[in-house]
Amino acid sequence: MTLQSATGPVPAMERGFSARQYLVCLKGILIREGLRFLNQRERFISSLVRPLLWLFVFAAGFRQVLGVSIIPPYKTYVLYEVYITPGLCGMILLFSGMQSSLSMVYDREMGNMRTLLVSPFPRWFLLVSKLLAGVTVSIMQVYAFLAIAWFWGVKPPWTGYLLVLPALFLSGMMLCSLGMLLSSMIKQLENFAGIMNFVIFPMYFASPALYPLWRIQESSPLLHKICLANPFTYAVELIRFALYGQVDWGSLMLVVAFTIAFLGGAILAYDPSIGLLSRKQDTGGNA
Amino acid sequence: MQHVKANDGVSLPAALDVSGVNHSYGQKQVLSDISFSIAPQRFTVLLGLNGAGKTTLFSLISHLYSTRHGTIRIFGHDVGREPGEALRRLGIVFQARTLDLDLSVYQNLSYHASLHGIGRREALSRITSLLAQIDMSDRLYDKARSLSGGQMRRIEIARALLHRPPLLLLDEATVGLDIRSRAEILATIRKLVVTDGISVFWATHLIDEVEETDHVIILDKGRVLADGRVDDVVRSCGASSIRDAFATLTGVASAPAGGASR
Repeated sequence: MTLQSATGPVPAMERGFSARQYLVCLKGILIREGLRFLNQRERFISSLVRPLLWLFVFAAGFRQVLGVSIIPPYKTYVLYEVYITPGLCGMILLFSGMQSSLSMVYDREMGNMRTLLVSPFPRWFLLVSKLLAGVTVSIMQVYAFLAIAWFWGVKPPWTGYLLVLPALFLSGMMLCSLGMLLSSMIKQLENFAGIMNFVIFPMYFASPALYPLWRIQESSPLLHKICLANPFTYAVELIRFALYGQVDWGSLMLVVAFTIAFLGGAILAYDPSIGLLSRKQDTGGNA
Repeated sequence: MQHVKANDGVSLPAALDVSGVNHSYGQKQVLSDISFSIAPQRFTVLLGLNGAGKTTLFSLISHLYSTRHGTIRIFGHDVGREPGEALRRLGIVFQARTLDLDLSVYQNLSYHASLHGIGRREALSRITSLLAQIDMSDRLYDKARSLSGGQMRRIEIARALLHRPPLLLLDEATVGLDIRSRAEILATIRKLVVTDGISVFWATHLIDEVEETDHVIILDKGRVLADGRVDDVVRSCGASSIRDAFATLTGVASAPAGGASR
């Protein structure tokens, strides 16, 4: 075996990177995330089975029990399946965001994360690129779910499918950022079960994904307050309104604010000069 | 900034300049006042037992951890202040396997190329060339999972060279490989120094990987015990070989054949 450094003598190095090189890096990270997703077909199927079970089984069963009155953005009474569909879209984003964080913990344990973190591109750019890749994969899952839901009678206006895209993107960014922030705090893959029990399920159930906020307020004012403090509440409402061609400005502003906060936290956490990783010495190898 | 003479006599900034570096995990001090320089176009061995602090030092050099005390410069670029400039001059082979097993060899390598801003066409050309040199052209589209340990290591070395770094760091690169693969990889890396003028920093606990003409840095319990040409280190210890010198310096009984480990 003989090697040269990609053939030829060591060239003089340029300083910095051009915009094109940033795009090349972003594209590389997007492609890698997409390939990983394609290589894990069971991940795609399970990401669809979960919301579809809720739609086909839970919603069908509770249709007669849980009536939904006319509330914005709906102009008429809607079936329970129709009501919970935006929440299920949010559920896909929530699980996918957390799964993306799981993959970062896995990458750290397996050492793959190191190849990303030793790239000469700025750390914030690498993390945002990874985030965008995770969100892109999540959005594809949501559209696959919406396509199946259409055959089940959940038929929002055609424009809704287009208008929901920015809402899905923003909500996905918020939830993936949260996942990334949490991943910096998880030392081992096994700890992910804790995230499932203490983050994902409470966020999902303490939100208007399954029942309107006014109903929650009637039954438990305390739970209503918890729902209002839950970022996932605003992601669900943003998606719900967008799916019917409207903008819920309050939810929009809060989702943007939460995204900035979670993303900023994740970037700080992964910054070796101030972050948690170097303190925990868990970037995936021996110390 | 430390300047040193390269093999051809030209004065260049040190390939790697580590100055006054300390690091601790909580209360546990793992590196104490580490200072040394590596000349460009030289093969330098970081020799130490398991747990000496080699991997921590590599994590600091590669900016995985921040340097809280002291400075680390790669060809004059401070890793803490200019991480981008420092890291683009650095190729790294980690001790742990870092290939994505679900991706093909090509996908792994092109991912690395994109992390250095190298476009698809250029990346393909470099990948093809590198794989031809390591006799693995036929494995381009094979999953990394299907490769043997030695083949994976060769791919990781090719990956570390893909962006043409002038400094190559290898952390226990031959661990877990058979004798033949070890010898092949070591010979390949040594040849790179001569043919391409690359500076190599080779961390190992295996004494038989050290040669007379190498620059050796002996690290033990987070401290540099010796730093210089192998023959100088041996002479200054009054020893007959680097194995004896290592045993004298670290206070360990003479190491078994091949290994410095206790």
